[in-house]
Amino acid sequence: MAYTEQEILSGLAEIVNEIVGVPTSEVQPDKSFTDDLDVDSLSMVEVAMAAQDKFGVTIPDEEIKNLKTVGDAVGYIAKNS
Amino acid sequence: MSAQIKPRTGSAYARVLGFGGYRPARVVTNEEICQNIDSSDEWIQARSGIVTRRWANNEETVQAMSVAAAGKALANSGVRVDQIGAVIVSTVSHLYQTPAIATAIAEELGAKGAAAFDISAACAGFCYGVGLADGMVRTGSAEHVIVIGVERLSDLTDPHDRSTAFLFADGAGAAVIGPSDEPGVGPVIWGSDGAQAGLISQEESWHQAFHSDGGADWPHLRMEGNPVFRWAVWEMARVAEQALAAAGVTAAELDAFIPHQANMRITDAMVKALKLPANVRVARDIAQQGNTSAASIPLAIERMLETGEVKSGETALIIGFGAGLAYAAQVIRLP
Repeated sequence: MAYTEQEILSGLAEIVNEIVGVPTSEVQPDKSFTDDLDVDSLSMVEVAMAAQDKFGVTIPDEEIKNLKTVGDAVGYIAKNS
Repeated sequence: MSAQIKPRTGSAYARVLGFGGYRPARVVTNEEICQNIDSSDEWIQARSGIVTRRWANNEETVQAMSVAAAGKALANSGVRVDQIGAVIVSTVSHLYQTPAIATAIAEELGAKGAAAFDISAACAGFCYGVGLADGMVRTGSAEHVIVIGVERLSDLTDPHDRSTAFLFADGAGAAVIGPSDEPGVGPVIWGSDGAQAGLISQEESWHQAFHSDGGADWPHLRMEGNPVFRWAVWEMARVAEQALAAAGVTAAELDAFIPHQANMRITDAMVKALKLPANVRVARDIAQQGNTSAASIPLAIERMLETGEVKSGETALIIGFGAGLAYAAQVIRLP
């Protein structure tokens, strides 16, 4: 099933909010996971696993390190879901 | 016609009769760890939940720590040492290849002539040992078994490795397992995934360390944190659920969840993945103890029993997981 980028962004915002507690409104495409949102590499694995549940997309460990910003993750999920 | 071989049977059921632990005297702070790595107390706590850990001194050998922990477990169990039929020691940091340290430990404890052997199942080792001991008691191979998890991981830790220097620690934990009128150890769910063996391992072999021209380093433990985190949380949550199902216990009936104390972040994520009810008490010994591999589960249980966080007769799910990647889980009745 294909999701729009807006759907992915809002789903991802809920996931990030659930895992590290930052408000969903702060989860914007230009935000860096580590520098702006306090999502460290372990939390990033949690985000990836939650995204797998929500969007049915597998994000392998070697791919996680390429997803620096929220926009990168939205793009990856849009392309692979 | 071939001769009939007579089988032996043991007790219908087994249970843990007593726990005991040994925590090395020296407390090592995050500040001390940061003398060798570019890190901070804040980062280490955020990354692992570890506030302090304990490192053994020269006198606190694998044998000495094991004897202390097992002696305490025996005292708590009310079992006499001459009733011990087998001593199982799980360790990856006894730096002698042979003989098994279990033999010397049995001798020093006074368990004269007991069967004694070591197992290598890293952080899953205590639960592997409980699984073995349960079978031994129920088949009559031994009436009472001591299972010891013991590590001096500080001997194999690279103090300059930013990803593991703060993690590993030393200690010993032991359990006495014996016959029971009712089931006290649920079916073990165990296994391994050798395809991922490289994720946590000793970097160089002893042979390479001593014989390479380049003067290879002392063998150190290395770990790839993110893939281990993924495996430990989501794969192990499934194993934990299988152990509960095999024992016929629901999450709602569980009193305590006592996972290997690998990293507080793993424990927290497992609790979430398992959707454990809020009344289930969760072991968090890692904050003071660091990751002591095979020793972590019995040490955590000992602390919870001593502080009254859990009580005798309560039901706990224990799960060990680590290098191998080996894992084992079972439901136990607390002594």
